[in-house]
Amino acid sequence: MKLETQAVTKRYGAHAALDGASFSTGDEARVIALLGPSGGGKSTLLRVLGSLLVPDEGSISIDARTLPHDEDGALIERRANGFVFQGYNLFPHLTALQNITLPLHEVHGMTETQATQRALELLHRLGLEGHEHKRPSQLSGGQQQRAAIARALAPKPRLLLLDEPTSALDPVMTGEVLDVIRELAEAGQSIILATHEISFARKVADWVVFLAAGKVQESSSASDFFAKPQTELAQQYLEGLSKYR
Amino acid sequence: MLLALATAVFYALFSSVAYRWNWDGVWLYRQQFGYGWLMTMCLSLVAMIVSIALGFLLMLGRRSPWEPVRMFCGGVVEIVRGSPLLVQLLIGHYIIANALRIDQPVFTGIILLGCFEGAYLAEIFRGAVESISASQLEAARAVGFDKVQTYRFVIIPQALRRALPGTTGQLVSLIKDSSLLSVIGIEELVQKVKIMNAATYKPLEGFLPLALAYLIVTLPLSYLARRLERRFAYET
Repeated sequence: MKLETQAVTKRYGAHAALDGASFSTGDEARVIALLGPSGGGKSTLLRVLGSLLVPDEGSISIDARTLPHDEDGALIERRANGFVFQGYNLFPHLTALQNITLPLHEVHGMTETQATQRALELLHRLGLEGHEHKRPSQLSGGQQQRAAIARALAPKPRLLLLDEPTSALDPVMTGEVLDVIRELAEAGQSIILATHEISFARKVADWVVFLAAGKVQESSSASDFFAKPQTELAQQYLEGLSKYR
Repeated sequence: MLLALATAVFYALFSSVAYRWNWDGVWLYRQQFGYGWLMTMCLSLVAMIVSIALGFLLMLGRRSPWEPVRMFCGGVVEIVRGSPLLVQLLIGHYIIANALRIDQPVFTGIILLGCFEGAYLAEIFRGAVESISASQLEAARAVGFDKVQTYRFVIIPQALRRALPGTTGQLVSLIKDSSLLSVIGIEELVQKVKIMNAATYKPLEGFLPLALAYLIVTLPLSYLARRLERRFAYET
């Protein structure tokens, strides 16, 4: 997959979360890590790439296909993607199973039986056997995040987008969730991942986009980026993060 | 315990007043009383349906992306909530309905009562809908729901539980407010009691069964609402 953005800007009031972000990846990028300090625009870029947000200006293309700028087009586009958020964002009034089957049935047109079958298959694969009929509040953080990953994977998304999926989890649960993401990456799933887990990004990512202050500072293959970051900001960022690990 | 205490206090209060109670008139008029009660309940039930539908529409209007719709619905809510029901009934029946040649006080009364309570419900619904967090709305977008699906599967089920206590209170109010419909000549419960009191020369007797007749409905309604709240209960 080749991602390309040109001067993408997204403002919230007077604040520009993305301020003319431009980059392009190599032709065969499959697991793309968005790195950079908090408030640098990672989450916004992730949402724009997944068509969850429409940019104010600029253009984005995936494999030379330009993403639509209108809300209806964006809806069709994002239905082909799967999203996982920092705060899990499961629907609290539905069970883990219903969280997965509802969109399959209502958005992707599966029958109840097909949807349930697909949901159970994923919940079991992600180690949630026995938790199918629990509401999110009855699950641990790690279990909730795995259920959220199952929900995102259920419609077989072209692109899986994860926004700091482990930032709200303790180290043990973080490990559980990262294992799942790693397995998905190794199984060939296209992934865009915004994260602060540098050592994880180093293991699974094949491309890195480094953002700060709403601009893309660096975009290079993961091996190049981790071996020798080009900008001083990226060097400082990596040094700061590896100080205590 | 509390009930017994309250009964004792009431009994003491009532017996301290030099008034000779005479229940013959009430008994004589029991059928009329029953008719009035049924009228009140039917009126209230239909007005509830009207008020919930209208409250929902006004809530949607106040959240509309179009400024004129927002302003119109906001204006309606503020004017209706800000003026007395009595005035709305008098103007609505004697002027508006009259001008439109609608000579159906029951119909007019139901619509006016439904509008009045609907304006309050609109704000209760809006509060509940706006309390749904932005992350839930984003999750709804992320799984590919369109606007209607987002309301249907994410916002309404969660807002329902938050709106329930306020809505029940408002529906109880609606039943009681229906007593004002007597001013436009509808023979509901209060009007029946007034007629009975006048006919039997007894100014007070009718009002005690009247209060009971309302409580028979409003108390179970509150109980039912609490049961429903528990059924919808889940931690967020």
